[in-house]
Amino acid sequence: MSLHTKTIAQLSQGLSSGEFSSVELTQHYLDRINASDLNAFITVTDELAMRQAQVADDKIAKGVGSILTGIPYAHKDIFCSNGVKTSAGSKMLDNFISPYDATVSHKLNQSDLVMLGKANMDEFAMGSSNENSYYGDVKNPWNVDKIPGGSSGGSAAAVAGRLAPFATGTDTGGSIRQPSSLCGITGLKPTYGRVSRYCMIAYASSLDQAGPMTQTAEDAALVLNVMAGFDEKDSTSAERDVEDYTASLNDSIKGLTIGLPKEFFSEGLDDKVASQVMAAVKEFESMGATVKEVSLPNSAYAIPTYYIVAPCECSSNLSRLDGVRYGYRCEDPKDLEDLYLRSRTEGFGEEVKRRIMIGAYALSAGYYDAYYLKAQKTRHLISEDFKKAFKGVDVIMGPVSPTTAFDLGSVKDPVSMYLADIYTLSANLAGLPGMSIPAGFAQKLPVGLQLIGNYWSESKLLNIAHQFQQQTDWHTKAPQEL
Amino acid sequence: MSLSEEQVVQIAYLARLSLSDEELQSNTKDLNSILDLAEQLAEIDTNGITPMAHPLHMTQRLREDKVTEEDQSESFQAIAPKTGKGHYLVPTVIE
Repeated sequence: MSLHTKTIAQLSQGLSSGEFSSVELTQHYLDRINASDLNAFITVTDELAMRQAQVADDKIAKGVGSILTGIPYAHKDIFCSNGVKTSAGSKMLDNFISPYDATVSHKLNQSDLVMLGKANMDEFAMGSSNENSYYGDVKNPWNVDKIPGGSSGGSAAAVAGRLAPFATGTDTGGSIRQPSSLCGITGLKPTYGRVSRYCMIAYASSLDQAGPMTQTAEDAALVLNVMAGFDEKDSTSAERDVEDYTASLNDSIKGLTIGLPKEFFSEGLDDKVASQVMAAVKEFESMGATVKEVSLPNSAYAIPTYYIVAPCECSSNLSRLDGVRYGYRCEDPKDLEDLYLRSRTEGFGEEVKRRIMIGAYALSAGYYDAYYLKAQKTRHLISEDFKKAFKGVDVIMGPVSPTTAFDLGSVKDPVSMYLADIYTLSANLAGLPGMSIPAGFAQKLPVGLQLIGNYWSESKLLNIAHQFQQQTDWHTKAPQEL
Repeated sequence: MSLSEEQVVQIAYLARLSLSDEELQSNTKDLNSILDLAEQLAEIDTNGITPMAHPLHMTQRLREDKVTEEDQSESFQAIAPKTGKGHYLVPTVIE
C-alpha cells in the first residue's frame, strides 16, 4: 500500500510506530504535487513543510506528539498563514504576505501538522467550478476535462488526487460539499460558529464556515477535533465546548430516521445521480434506518435568497480592498479616486465584480426593503422549514449537486451556474451542519450523498457517515492512474 | 423592473468599479438576469416574518473595555503599497 492511499488514521499509526517519518511522508507528497498537473495549489510551501516535518519527527521521537503530529495537509488559500502569500485566489491579494495567522492556521500549527501549500480556489470563494481563480482552473482528478467544483476546488482535487491526506475548506453556499461530491471525497461543513472565522478572508460573514475535506468520515472527525472551538477573536464564534468527534463514530445507527425532502428529488436532478443517491439511502435502510418523506417548501427560494444575502455581505466585506493599506495598487494613480477605481477594477475578477455590484445595488437607498430585507425574511422561512422537518427525523439526506462534474468552460452565464447550488444553499442560510460522502459513480464520475443535520449534530453526522463507510467502499476509490 | 446601462454605470461607481463599453453591455445583461432571479422572492408572503440577521439568533458578545491589541504597525506597513513616517500614503487630497 503506497503512502498516499492511506487515511490520516493509518498514517498516524505509521508515524507513531516508526514505519516512516513525517519528513519521508512530506517529501512523498511534495514529489506528488510537483509531478501533478491538476493546478490544485497556488503556493507550494516546500521549505516550510520540511521544517515542520522535522519538528514533528522530533516530537514523535520524544513521545510528545498528538494523533495528528506530522500529518501533511493542503490549506485553502483563504486562511491567513503568517509569512506566507495568502491570495484568496485573487490578483488583488497576489502580493499579500500575511502578517498573521488565522485561528484555524494557528490551531493546525499548535497540533504540529505539516502545511504542504495553499490550495487553489475560486476568487474570494465566489464560484461553483473553480474557474474564477486568478491562478487558473483546477482540474478534476477523475477527468481532467471536467471542473472539480468550487469554491474549495483545489482542496477537493488535492485530496481526490492524493496530493494531500486532507485539506481545509470553507463553505458559504456549498463550497466544501459540492467539490467533495464532484471529486468523490468526504467533506463536512459544521454548524455556523463552530470553527473560528478569524483571519479567514470573509466573503459572506453570516454564512461562511470552515471544515475538513478528507478521504473518510473518521479522518474528518480527527481534523474537526483540531479545527473546532470557541474563539474570542471571532465575535460570531459559538461559546460551546468541543466534543471529541471520534467518540461516537462506532455507535449503531439502528432506528435512525432519515428524512428525504421531496423538493430535493424533483425536476432538474439528473436521473443517474438520483439513482445513486437512492441506492445509498437503501443501504442505510438495510443497516436498520427508516426513511420518511419530509418537505422543505421554501427550499426553491434558497437560490434568490442566497444570491441577494451573499452579494450584499460581500460588497460590504470587499470594500476594504481599496489599494491603500495592502494588496494591489494600480500604477501611477492621478488622484485618490483614480487609485480606488483602478485598483479595484484591475484587481478583482469578473464574478467578484458582478457580486459586488449586485450587493451595492440591493443595499442602496430605495431598494434595501425589496431585496436585502425581503431576503432576510425568506431566510427565516427557509430555516423554519428545517426546524419543522427535524421534529420528525434525525437527519436529512439528498443529492449534493444536480449533476456530476461538468466540462470546463461549458457553463458561461452566471445564473445557470447559480442554479447548480440548489441543494446546498439552504443549510448555509439556516446555519446547519452538512456533509457530502462518496456514494458511487455516474458515467465514471463521483456522486456524493448529502447529509444535513440539526444544529451541533456534527458527531451524529460523522457517526452516520462512518457507519456507511464501514458498509461501502466508495470512499476508497481513487482515480485510475493512481 | 430592469436596469439601464446608465444605472449600471452608477452602481459600478457606487462600488468604485469602472466598466469598459463591452463590460457594460455584458454586465447589464447579467445583472438583469440575476435581478430577475431575485424577483421570485416577491412571490413569498413574508408579512409578519422577522428578518433573520444571524443563523443562531445570537446577540453580540461584549468584552471588557481594555487594550488587547499589540502594536504591529511595522509588520502591517511592511506589506503596504506606499508608506512614509508611519503613515499610509495616497495621492495628495488637499493642496
